[in-house]
Amino acid sequence: MAEYHLTTPISEEDARKLRVGDIVYVSGEHVYTARDEAHQRALELYEKGEKPPVDFEGSVVYHVGPVAWQKDGKWQIVSAGPTTSIRMELFEDEFLRKYRARIIIGKGGMGPKTLAALKEVGAVYCSFTGGCGALAAKGLKEVRAYEWQDLGMPEALWVITAENFGPLLVTMDSHGNSLHDEMDRKVAARKPEVYAKIGVTE
Amino acid sequence: MAATVLPNDVEKALRDAYERETNPTARTQLEAILKNIDIARTGIPMCQDTGIMIFYVKVGDKFPYIGEIRDALTKATIKATAEVPLRPNAVNPIVGGNSGNNVGEKIPWINWEIVSGDSVEITAFPKGGGSENVCILGMLKPGVGLKGVKKLVVDNAMSYMGKACAPNIIGIGIGGGSDIALKIAKQQLLRPLDDHHPDPEVAKIEEELKEAINATGIGPMGLGGDTTVLAVKVDYAMRHPASLPVGVAVQCWAARRSTAVITKDLEVKYLTHPLEGE
Repeated sequence: MAEYHLTTPISEEDARKLRVGDIVYVSGEHVYTARDEAHQRALELYEKGEKPPVDFEGSVVYHVGPVAWQKDGKWQIVSAGPTTSIRMELFEDEFLRKYRARIIIGKGGMGPKTLAALKEVGAVYCSFTGGCGALAAKGLKEVRAYEWQDLGMPEALWVITAENFGPLLVTMDSHGNSLHDEMDRKVAARKPEVYAKIGVTE
Repeated sequence: MAATVLPNDVEKALRDAYERETNPTARTQLEAILKNIDIARTGIPMCQDTGIMIFYVKVGDKFPYIGEIRDALTKATIKATAEVPLRPNAVNPIVGGNSGNNVGEKIPWINWEIVSGDSVEITAFPKGGGSENVCILGMLKPGVGLKGVKKLVVDNAMSYMGKACAPNIIGIGIGGGSDIALKIAKQQLLRPLDDHHPDPEVAKIEEELKEAINATGIGPMGLGGDTTVLAVKVDYAMRHPASLPVGVAVQCWAARRSTAVITKDLEVKYLTHPLEGE
């Protein structure tokens, strides 16, 4: 379990160094929030040959619907823990291939399509501890822009400067490893032992 | 404070879990949770999902302001949404759209109970969507017995793994009917984590299920570890001879609940979050 402190934009080489079990802290100006609707809009723009308002290459894309408020005319992130990433499995692989983000952050892990794209593109999926909205907000220092406001506060594209945002745990890497798949296998293997404790069989 | 400060029993259970935990990945997750609790204490919602507003109200039959409780809780919800702030989470399922202030048709939802006395006890229970999405109801065949009940609970835990932000608290309601089983299950989430069911037979089931689910190794956030549940709480009602309903309510580690008592003279005492000097 190595610990890395990375600054955006993150290179493919740096992303490929990361392995499942490593801890990452991220700083820099290329940190964006995106949930279902922001992913869809980014892909629609690509199809139309138009550019989104930010450059996703080398960026960190965070699956989150934050609580934010405006103080003295400036937006601030108040609480921003991760949302369930598997919803984005529908389009994350295409998003990675087209926009080359290097770190996807969320909770619960993602599926085989995303795992294959991480390998192909040279990127990782990191888990941030679910429910830790206050801790996350501490690392999301500054809101530089609030794009796609028509999607609403949780689904909009928040453009953020991060400072030591983490700890992020690498749970899917660019070498085909997924801690989530490993956990599914481990728990399945323990099933007979668990059943024995409540006196039932398959 | 329901959104920013955990009740003492929940925080203690999480700290104890961190002390006991042997899995290094699980320790990183529990450490982040404990750090988050400390930051949130300064007045920040600990989780961005501040839930949909549900209250449990035990009102004394002689409390003089019974008719004003609903209006007061609705106004309090709107006020807290702006001032804490809370995430607007009340969405219209028919025409779409978010009300923006956490109130709307039937929300806040109030669970009423009438007791004897002249005061009212109100519990705010903001529960996130992630753990709500893995609550289930099983209408079992009575022939499967208690073993079938236990299997349902354990199988459910192994299917959602860490998706409900483990370590979880699981509430189980057995019997009554479909709605009653789920209602009892949810009420169990309000019990202090360190209590035991007064009936030793039920207390035994609680322990047995806790041990079995922790033996899965699912761990905090489903990333592996010794602590998958902090507690399992069970209660029951008599059942129909032909039915064995089982409600399973799942709560994330951010088990936020806040209880206050208001007397007939409108004096407030905060039970879960006492003010300084109380």
